[in-house]
Amino acid sequence: MKFDTPATTNPIDQLKVVGKPTNRIDGPLKTTGTAPYAYERHDVAANQAYGYVVGSAIAKGRIASMNLEDAEAAPGVLAIVTAANAGKLGKGDFNTAKLLGGPAVDHYHQAIALVVAESFEQARAAAALVRVEYARGKGNFDLAKSLDGAIKPPPSFGTEADSAVGNFAGAFAGAPVQVDARYFTPDHAHAMMEPHASIAAWEGDKLTLWTSNQMIAWSVGDMAKTLGIPKENVRLDSPYVGGGFGGKLFIRADAVLAALGARAAKRPVKVALPRAFMFNNTPHRPATIQRIRLGATAEGKITAIGHESWSGDLPGGGPETAVGQTRLLYAGENRMTAMRLAVLDLPEGNAMRAPGEAPGLMALEIAVDELAEKLGMDPVALRILNDTQVDPEKPERRFSQRQLNECLQIGADKFGWAKRSAKPAQTRDGRWLVGMGVAAAFRNNINGPSAARVRLDKSGVVTVETDMTDIGTGTYTIIAQTAAEMMGLPLDKVVVKLGDSAFPVSAGSGGQWGANSSTAGVYAACVKLREAVAQKLGMNPSDAAFADGKVRSGGRSAALGEAAADGELVAEDRMEYGDLEKTYQQSTFGAHYAEVGVDAMTGEIRVRRMLAVCAAGRILNPKAARSQVIGAMTMGAGAALMEELAVDKRFGFFVNHDLAGYEVPVHADIPHQEVIFLDETDPTTSPMKAKGVGELGICGVAAAVANAVYNATGVRVRNYPITLDKLLGELPDIA
Amino acid sequence: MQTPEEFEVSRRGVLVGGAASVATATLVPAGPAMAAPTPVPPPTAKVAFSVNGQAHELELDTRVSLLDALREHLHLTGTKKGCDHGQCGACTVIADGRRINSCLTLAVMHEGEKITTIEGLGTPDRMHAMQDAFVVHDGYQCGYCTPGQICSAVAVLGEIAAGVPSHVTADLTAKPKVTPAELRERMSGNICRCGAYSNIIDAIVDVAGAKT
Repeated sequence: MKFDTPATTNPIDQLKVVGKPTNRIDGPLKTTGTAPYAYERHDVAANQAYGYVVGSAIAKGRIASMNLEDAEAAPGVLAIVTAANAGKLGKGDFNTAKLLGGPAVDHYHQAIALVVAESFEQARAAAALVRVEYARGKGNFDLAKSLDGAIKPPPSFGTEADSAVGNFAGAFAGAPVQVDARYFTPDHAHAMMEPHASIAAWEGDKLTLWTSNQMIAWSVGDMAKTLGIPKENVRLDSPYVGGGFGGKLFIRADAVLAALGARAAKRPVKVALPRAFMFNNTPHRPATIQRIRLGATAEGKITAIGHESWSGDLPGGGPETAVGQTRLLYAGENRMTAMRLAVLDLPEGNAMRAPGEAPGLMALEIAVDELAEKLGMDPVALRILNDTQVDPEKPERRFSQRQLNECLQIGADKFGWAKRSAKPAQTRDGRWLVGMGVAAAFRNNINGPSAARVRLDKSGVVTVETDMTDIGTGTYTIIAQTAAEMMGLPLDKVVVKLGDSAFPVSAGSGGQWGANSSTAGVYAACVKLREAVAQKLGMNPSDAAFADGKVRSGGRSAALGEAAADGELVAEDRMEYGDLEKTYQQSTFGAHYAEVGVDAMTGEIRVRRMLAVCAAGRILNPKAARSQVIGAMTMGAGAALMEELAVDKRFGFFVNHDLAGYEVPVHADIPHQEVIFLDETDPTTSPMKAKGVGELGICGVAAAVANAVYNATGVRVRNYPITLDKLLGELPDIA
Repeated sequence: MQTPEEFEVSRRGVLVGGAASVATATLVPAGPAMAAPTPVPPPTAKVAFSVNGQAHELELDTRVSLLDALREHLHLTGTKKGCDHGQCGACTVIADGRRINSCLTLAVMHEGEKITTIEGLGTPDRMHAMQDAFVVHDGYQCGYCTPGQICSAVAVLGEIAAGVPSHVTADLTAKPKVTPAELRERMSGNICRCGAYSNIIDAIVDVAGAKT
């Protein structure tokens, strides 16, 4: 099915099942420990051996020699895989650095060996006996010192590194009110709870991987390319993914080494990346240095908006696209953006939840707060004044839906924004300095082709099969809701099977495209199944009504299952897209409000209240969608206050590479959170009329918290995370 | 630009550098020479404990953690390995009535104990009240920390009922109450990167309210 004209009325609009805050259908499995994650599949292959990864102890250089004698002689050892004995390996299209290093080393903790043994304990002990001599090479690890050599990167995903409209320099110079500031966002880790893990088993030349992966089809292709075998010989199965956030978009060392280890040991091998290995071995969100210049009239109209961002990556990598939202979020006749990329020899930078917008808005939305203060304007009013209903760079393109102002206004009302003191450091609550902050949320909508197969059996049960993944997003449930709505069934008559590369290829989970794209694919398959059912029952497909487990047409009625009385009915289709996304600018919008308390003596920061108001098309399941948003708000609070991969700039690695050193929010850091979804449908996105919320939820959060800290204390921190050491010494004299 | 090759590596530099021992500026040696280990099987020991009411006798490599005994030897994979270092709480189980990080303790240390895991609290068809509340309040997303959160939550309500104070208990002589602040403090050893905290606290408050 091709979606190339805006949706009209369709069966989803009935909203009997879709749009309801249904409990997740996979909930009873997840809460009882019976949902099977990758490393736990004792059932899928007999005689599994254990692999333990050895990582490089240098960031850049060569392995001079590797002595495996002691490790090979250790009890229980079955095989050791290194680049020297693994055979010729390719590199996946989505990987920047090789997943098995040696003799050249590209980054610290790049995998250089896998030790396979009978038990986990034996593999771990033997891995410690692998003796490596390195010839350390020169590396570049300091982004701040690399700005001069940074280059203009080629377009990524069709987006140019630079943009310019009007005369930015002249307009900025002539603006009566200006902001010109630099902002720093650090490297961030996904730190999902389930480590990357895979079980590999070979049957002849065919490989099966039970793994934890967001993008099944991409990863089948990259496994095949890495191993130099046909795609048809690779099967991936990833029904449950214990968190991804972009960190499991691609195959990683666990998958490749499990496959190589299984080949070498001639039996199935399971590999999980140890937690302390993940932070330097796997990708991260790259640090940025951003310069933002805003020029405005005395009345607050933005006349010049400029945003530059520098980031680094390994050779062949890409930039953090932190200026993207600035091209679309606010009006202003004179505009410029630019991204520059430095070569760094740190571990690979790549996508993490809302790549681009998350760090971009961390900077931009502080800058807007600074502009409001210089103007003596309320920051909510300033944002509303500079709204645009068209793409500011291409005014002929309207936004398909844009309710940013409504989000800001409703949020201000619900949050009690009117009680905020415009002057900072004015509100006290005992030992706490209290402040409120606001930020706009913006994330583009992306649709991807997505296919599904639906099966109807004679008992009237519909089974959906697609290689789509559920990474905590609620995919199982919204796909079941979609099929139930289309086929006129209650939710418990739908079975959903995900994550197996034997199923039709879906959009996968990433870029907040999963919900709308994957359900649209299920919609397309169900349209075909409805036609097949009507034909089988001798009904007219154009007027057959599907409701309450029955099909009705022309005064006749039949149970849905009757259509499969003499054999299962199977339908498959793929939703593809025309150019509506070019005609219309499709984006999601929101407003984040935060209240913080800052201890007047110690500078300790506590988040006291958080509210998000989101306008993101049809919300397919408000309960699961709300969870996506509160989770993103939590990650945003982490970005504001604690998350930072500390770079050792001499030896070139992230020092705090575990969950004790890389701090993420815990229960005590997060207050009760409120989320409001505006009533919206977007007929330009798909027949589902939905967009995504999982990444919108993090966009702007950190800036809202940062602006609240400023409002509480009068201390402006432009260097994330905002830790108390950056406040101490500048806190207001409260004696 | 300063690179590792251009500065002399001091002893302190080596210590703070930490990642690799550097004896010369460019060549990183493999560490002290060691006698080749004799390939003898690792020492094992017998241990007997009950898990979810079922008696088990195991002969284990003494290095096997309680977590790996459950997951790899008994195939009770509901208990999760998130960090293997006591930093995340995903492996929380209840041993003789107390919640512990099962990754931080060796299996052979639990002779004779009664261990409860997530599988022992309830099943998909007969869920524990806490499991049910997590579903109703959407107190999870990816589900990987969830068994640990639920085991912790059940134990936390027991700790509060038993009068065990926490860091945020204002009055150490009074019986602690089930408040969101008490729950957040006591649950902070269980990380949820999906960020379901707000819903998890709602779920626990719901269960506590139903009890009292």
